[in-house]
Amino acid sequence: MSVARHWRETPGRYNLIGVKCGNCGKVFFPKRTLCPECRRSSMGKMNAYKLKAEGTVFTYSIIHDAPAENNSIKPYAVAMILTDDDVLITGQLVDVELEKVEIGMPVRAVLRKMSEDGETGVINYGYKFAPKN
Amino acid sequence: MRDVAIIGIGTTKFGEIWDASFRDLGIEAGLKAMHDANLTGSEVDGMFIGNMSSGRFINQHHIGALIADYAGMASRNVPATRIEAAGASGGIAFRQAVMAVASGMNDIVIVGGAEKMTDVTDEATNSILDSATDQQWEATMGVTFASLNAMIARRCIHEKIVTREEMASMAVNSHAHGALNPDAQFRKAIDLNTVLKASMVADPLGMFDCAPISDGASAVVLCPLDMAKKYTDRPVKVASSAQASDTLALFQRKNITTFDATVAAAKQAYSLAKIEAKDIAVAEVHDHFTIEGILALQDLGLFKRGEAGKAVMDGQVMVGGKVAVNTSGGLKARGHPIGATGVAQIVEITKQLRGDADKRQVPNAKYGLAQNVGGTGSAVVVSIMEAI
Amino acid sequence: MDVGIVSYGSYVPRYRITPAEIGRIWGIDGTAMGKGLFINMKSVPSPDEDVITIATEAARNMMSRCSVDPQEIGAIYVGSESHPYAVKPSGTIVAEAICATPNLTVADLEFACKAGTAGIQICMGLVGSKMIEYGVAIGADTSQGAPGDALEYSASAGGAAYLIGSKDIIAKINRTLSYTTDTPDFWRREGSPYPKHGGRFTGEPAYFKHIGSAARMMLSEMNTEPSDYNYAVFHQPNGKFPMRMAKELGFSDEQVNDGLLTPHIGNTYSGAVPLGLAAVLDVSKPGDRIFAVAYGSGAGSDAFDITVTDNMKKYKRSAAPTVAERLKDTIHLDYGRYAKFKGKIVMG
Repeated sequence: MSVARHWRETPGRYNLIGVKCGNCGKVFFPKRTLCPECRRSSMGKMNAYKLKAEGTVFTYSIIHDAPAENNSIKPYAVAMILTDDDVLITGQLVDVELEKVEIGMPVRAVLRKMSEDGETGVINYGYKFAPKN
Repeated sequence: MRDVAIIGIGTTKFGEIWDASFRDLGIEAGLKAMHDANLTGSEVDGMFIGNMSSGRFINQHHIGALIADYAGMASRNVPATRIEAAGASGGIAFRQAVMAVASGMNDIVIVGGAEKMTDVTDEATNSILDSATDQQWEATMGVTFASLNAMIARRCIHEKIVTREEMASMAVNSHAHGALNPDAQFRKAIDLNTVLKASMVADPLGMFDCAPISDGASAVVLCPLDMAKKYTDRPVKVASSAQASDTLALFQRKNITTFDATVAAAKQAYSLAKIEAKDIAVAEVHDHFTIEGILALQDLGLFKRGEAGKAVMDGQVMVGGKVAVNTSGGLKARGHPIGATGVAQIVEITKQLRGDADKRQVPNAKYGLAQNVGGTGSAVVVSIMEAI
Repeated sequence: MDVGIVSYGSYVPRYRITPAEIGRIWGIDGTAMGKGLFINMKSVPSPDEDVITIATEAARNMMSRCSVDPQEIGAIYVGSESHPYAVKPSGTIVAEAICATPNLTVADLEFACKAGTAGIQICMGLVGSKMIEYGVAIGADTSQGAPGDALEYSASAGGAAYLIGSKDIIAKINRTLSYTTDTPDFWRREGSPYPKHGGRFTGEPAYFKHIGSAARMMLSEMNTEPSDYNYAVFHQPNGKFPMRMAKELGFSDEQVNDGLLTPHIGNTYSGAVPLGLAAVLDVSKPGDRIFAVAYGSGAGSDAFDITVTDNMKKYKRSAAPTVAERLKDTIHLDYGRYAKFKGKIVMG
């Protein structure tokens, strides 16, 4: 992925910054320009909102057939996390014994390396989820 | 709006077709459909081609012009349009063609669906499939397309909507039918243990829960119903074709154990066709993953929520059961050349309604349905065909 | 104006490997090796962890324990000898990750194992001179040891972050001083994946001479005796060196034990003294006096004389995990998984 394409998303990637509709109060992640509920009346009112960095595992999978860039870490866990502000978000689960992953497990967001463009290219960082301690 | 009829169908074999190129496949399917409709070619006044990712599979965009050219339509300047909606590309191309004929804009339209997947590595194929998800907020996170479906499956098992074994029986059903389809990629019946003991792809989904990588193309020819008898004595009526969208990313959904887009498209399709789910005798559903097949049976209203899995397990979706599902073998056994799938479903339903389905024929089928999904339920098209 | 620690946060990766397991692969009695080094196990970073993620985790823990607005942070220094980039700062990512951008200065530091404490000194100067309100100094490493080399038994990962300021300080830094010479005991050339060392030359003329000199200077300038301190933290490349150093200077085992983490996590290099100090702050109470001396090869030592203030009572220490809690929450690796984590599996 190009440097700029990742860089412009860093508020979401690093700090889980989404938006809250100034009209109906609903929270969305990632950021979007328009509230899907309020549409036109939300224009200009979609304010930056930092999601709570803690939540629980809503569902998960252990990936065995991995994308090329993750071949060296397979098998690994991915999950949909329900954050404490009731927003679903998808990411990897790290620092966990795969057989201990379960629905409802409390987790927190951590910043981790997501990908790197080969040995000489840029390293991309973003959120993953680790067991809450 | 005019009623629309299917007057010709054609398909290549699906599978690893090493000696055929993208254009070879597309032309073979198209010629078979034209031959089936008794056309010379000069009657065609519009083309739609469903294709997901020729740009990445064969580094070729501009598929409309390519197929028009090699089908011999370029010299007659026939308009050709390529449609992309990930896994739903073929089904939506079909719906666009139906609308073109129904509106009176076109009379004789050929719809093709094609994908040439084996010219790239399996890893590249997986990456292309992943691009049907939200690239920036799902695939980038290391989530694969299979794992998204696995997370749906996990949640469905957790909510007791289906059991692991019931889900697996969806693949057993598709393979049992695929064994009877000479064009299918896998013509071999399997048992439940084969599915349950297969190597893991994305836990809980194993190799036999997932559709294969396939090459293939399918085509159908449409015309106004009142002109159909001019070309064939066995036209099949398009009773309705409805399409619906949902969020691109799965995590944006309120509920991941149902595809709202299937529910919405089905509701509209039944309403336009003036029938109910119970009237469907044969259905082709989008079982890219076994769990998707189970969800389809429920979301289409063919079975109640929580009962589809048991019905599959009990053989109720086999030919001779309550409703025959994926008589072609489905995506799992027929194969899933992505852009071709939606059109291949129409080909199978047409065969069934004509009475041409040989050993897998559903007796006296009046209505048949095809459900084609793009992404994790982000785009769904449901079409209903009627024997006349 | 008193300058000191306003908040702090620590981080140690969750994975561990024992010297016995490493020795098993290389035909060495790892248990004996571990005993000799006084290292029972070492921390191993997850494949997706590096100095930037470790520094971020430590900094976030630091911020969660205080109510300082990150926008008031005027400087961030990340000290490490394993910055992921040769050119491109680690600190900018940390700054973004704690929402401290854009009105601040950031730089990465390198002075072998003492770059973190060098950052504390720089922040003290900036705060003391009123150039900035708050400064962040982080020491973190994912240190490298060549497979089979003696360093493989100790080189580990971890880090700690310090918010330096003058308001609501939980610990006052009474004095800091340094002792620096050119002593090439340990180095890593640009582009080399693993460091090299001068073997036994790293001991007497390097570690012991520099820490000893800085420590004695501090005791002399502050007119104190070792017994005036509740805790002492020394750089800890293994468990043996700091114990011997403490004894030579007249500190007891009891003063050293709380800040001696190497037996549990190995040598975290730039993270070593910052983490040791964090472990001490985790258990300290108002009035406690702490003696800390870092060492960086090449070579130099930074000494600190610290007094815990009354603010420690209301400080939200429990808002982030303590070092001791991190030591309990571990996953053990065998060498195969360790090699996979380290990206050492290359099939020829």
